[in-house]
Amino acid sequence: MTRDELLNRIQGIFRDIFDENDMVIENNTSSDDVEEWDSLNHINLVSAIEKEFKIKFALGELIALKDVGGMVDLMVEKLK
Amino acid sequence: MSHLEYPLDANKILRKKKSIKKNLLLDDDLIIKNIAILGGSTTSEIKNILELFLLKNGIKPNFYESEYNKYYEDALFGNDELDKFNPDIIYIHTTNKNIIQYPDPNDEFEDVEMLIGNEIKKYKSIWSSLSKFDCAVIQNNFDHTENRILGNLDCYDIHGKTYFIHKLNYWFSLNARKIKNLYINDINYLSSYIGLRYWFDKSLWHQAKYALSMESIPELAFNISQIISSVFGQSKKCLVLDLDNTCWGGIIGDDGLPGIYIGTETAIAESYTEFQKYVKELKDRGITLAACSKNDFLNAKEGFTHPDSILRFDDFTSFKANWDPKHQNIIDIAKEINVGVDSLVFIDDNPVERDIVSSQVPSVSVPNVGSDVVDFISHIDRNGYFEPISLSQDDVNRHKYYEDNKKRANKKATFKSYDEFLVSLGMTAEIKSFSSIYLDRITQLTNKTNQFNLTTKRYTNGEIDKISSNDEYIKIYGKLTDKYGDNGLIAISIGRVESKTCHIDLWLMSCRVLKRNMEFAMLDELVSKCRNKGVSEIIGYYYKSAKNSMVSDLYDKFGFSLVNENDNDTVWKLDIVNYRIKNKFIGINND
Repeated sequence: MTRDELLNRIQGIFRDIFDENDMVIENNTSSDDVEEWDSLNHINLVSAIEKEFKIKFALGELIALKDVGGMVDLMVEKLK
Repeated sequence: MSHLEYPLDANKILRKKKSIKKNLLLDDDLIIKNIAILGGSTTSEIKNILELFLLKNGIKPNFYESEYNKYYEDALFGNDELDKFNPDIIYIHTTNKNIIQYPDPNDEFEDVEMLIGNEIKKYKSIWSSLSKFDCAVIQNNFDHTENRILGNLDCYDIHGKTYFIHKLNYWFSLNARKIKNLYINDINYLSSYIGLRYWFDKSLWHQAKYALSMESIPELAFNISQIISSVFGQSKKCLVLDLDNTCWGGIIGDDGLPGIYIGTETAIAESYTEFQKYVKELKDRGITLAACSKNDFLNAKEGFTHPDSILRFDDFTSFKANWDPKHQNIIDIAKEINVGVDSLVFIDDNPVERDIVSSQVPSVSVPNVGSDVVDFISHIDRNGYFEPISLSQDDVNRHKYYEDNKKRANKKATFKSYDEFLVSLGMTAEIKSFSSIYLDRITQLTNKTNQFNLTTKRYTNGEIDKISSNDEYIKIYGKLTDKYGDNGLIAISIGRVESKTCHIDLWLMSCRVLKRNMEFAMLDELVSKCRNKGVSEIIGYYYKSAKNSMVSDLYDKFGFSLVNENDNDTVWKLDIVNYRIKNKFIGINND
């Protein structure tokens, strides 16, 4: 899966979780850009991504995950 | 909304919760209730998902949520916000993570008992303090820990955590029986149903202090919502059952009493028996039973005289076995036993029957049970339709206390007419002359169809074979497909042509596709084939049998005129010169 495809599917998850059908995310999108992206929704996002891609993030990895590009980088590694 | 019914798709619910909620809020007939959640761990997502299940049940909740792990403080010392909130329900979300102290390996029996006593004392003080609200308190019991330091010994040595939790749960049960308004949310059952290794997620606990996994939250919320519905008197009261292939295997009208599957002789028979036993248990604890079947009344009744049948005719308070559309019968059943249609649960193996009932009487609960009887029980059980609040007579009055919620107005039917429903099925039929691959099936149908069968003429393989290659016969079969799938080969007509007349030797159809216009499609095709052969009139025969009274007037409905009557047997004639196509609902694929 290419980085773009990953980003596209992650965007679908963001749209569902925040219920905004025209939401567009980019590599530098972070919790600062999305009002509802608080720590609880962060958990929901990560959990939905784990389910969608059948991967599991380790505890330490999650702490740093606050921008989309970082997430994608990590996922590219895991999906190799 | 099927998202919120068994079997739950937890990931979908979690991901789509906002759009699900938006849809549920469109219902303008919601009653408002105040629900306080006192948590011993994070409850945010529990609240969000619980809201969906409550909305689905017609309850629009206002929530109070305690600060993280402040369940004890809120309960014991109260606070202004909670006092003003005036809860209708208090839910205490505690788990094994809230156990203060487990036994130490050196503890004596008395020490262990004291630790258990301390836990119990804590919860008793919580419940007693909350009694000032005079509302229902829903209390989790305890889930087991995923890891067992003592292995199997953990469950019986006095120092084991498993043992400790067993004892706590036992004490909780004792108290719940005694304390007014206290209800146990049995997470001990729920976690074992889900499986402990899926129930608890270690990293989610460390990250966010959720004491259960994300994917368990919908199951937890579903379970709580069932208790709340029961407290508010919304539990269902009556189970409405289809009969053929629901209460027994096979079709009583065609197969006869000895031919249906019930008892212990075969695996299939046993699975229907198992279902009947479950239904009987429901009846014994006070659920009303009704039958709703497309059947001849006497045939249907006879099914319950089978020596192996667990259910008896007398077990049913209302018994509808006729050929009317089921949604009409369902409405009659509700009137007859004097409950709202929203108190009914309808079980039928046939998706088309489920569709007509759920679309025309949307307040009836119609779980998507599939067609395999082994799945039926879980759909009834896991959806918690009949969740009782209590079994003791004294407590029945408790219902009344809560029954301020008026009957929900009946939802609007989806289809304006039965015709519109037929259109929605998107039916197509293949109606063609016999072909070799179907001859076995055709012979089989001629020998087992008893109800929708005008002459009940039986054929052997050899006879069907001959007819199939004989030009003097018009011989057509019909296969019907709809949006739910392929019904297979379900109709057969055989006409014998003598100069300008066609005599209908055989006309049969499976009752599974009754009221779908299929018989008209078959007639259209027969007429068209007659014309090709230069036939100008068709003669139809009805020979009365013990089981085929349902088609005594079929030729009349077809527009034939009666030419002869002998006892109950009748002969009919149709001039086809001016015949016009009768089928309006089925797309036809013919020779």
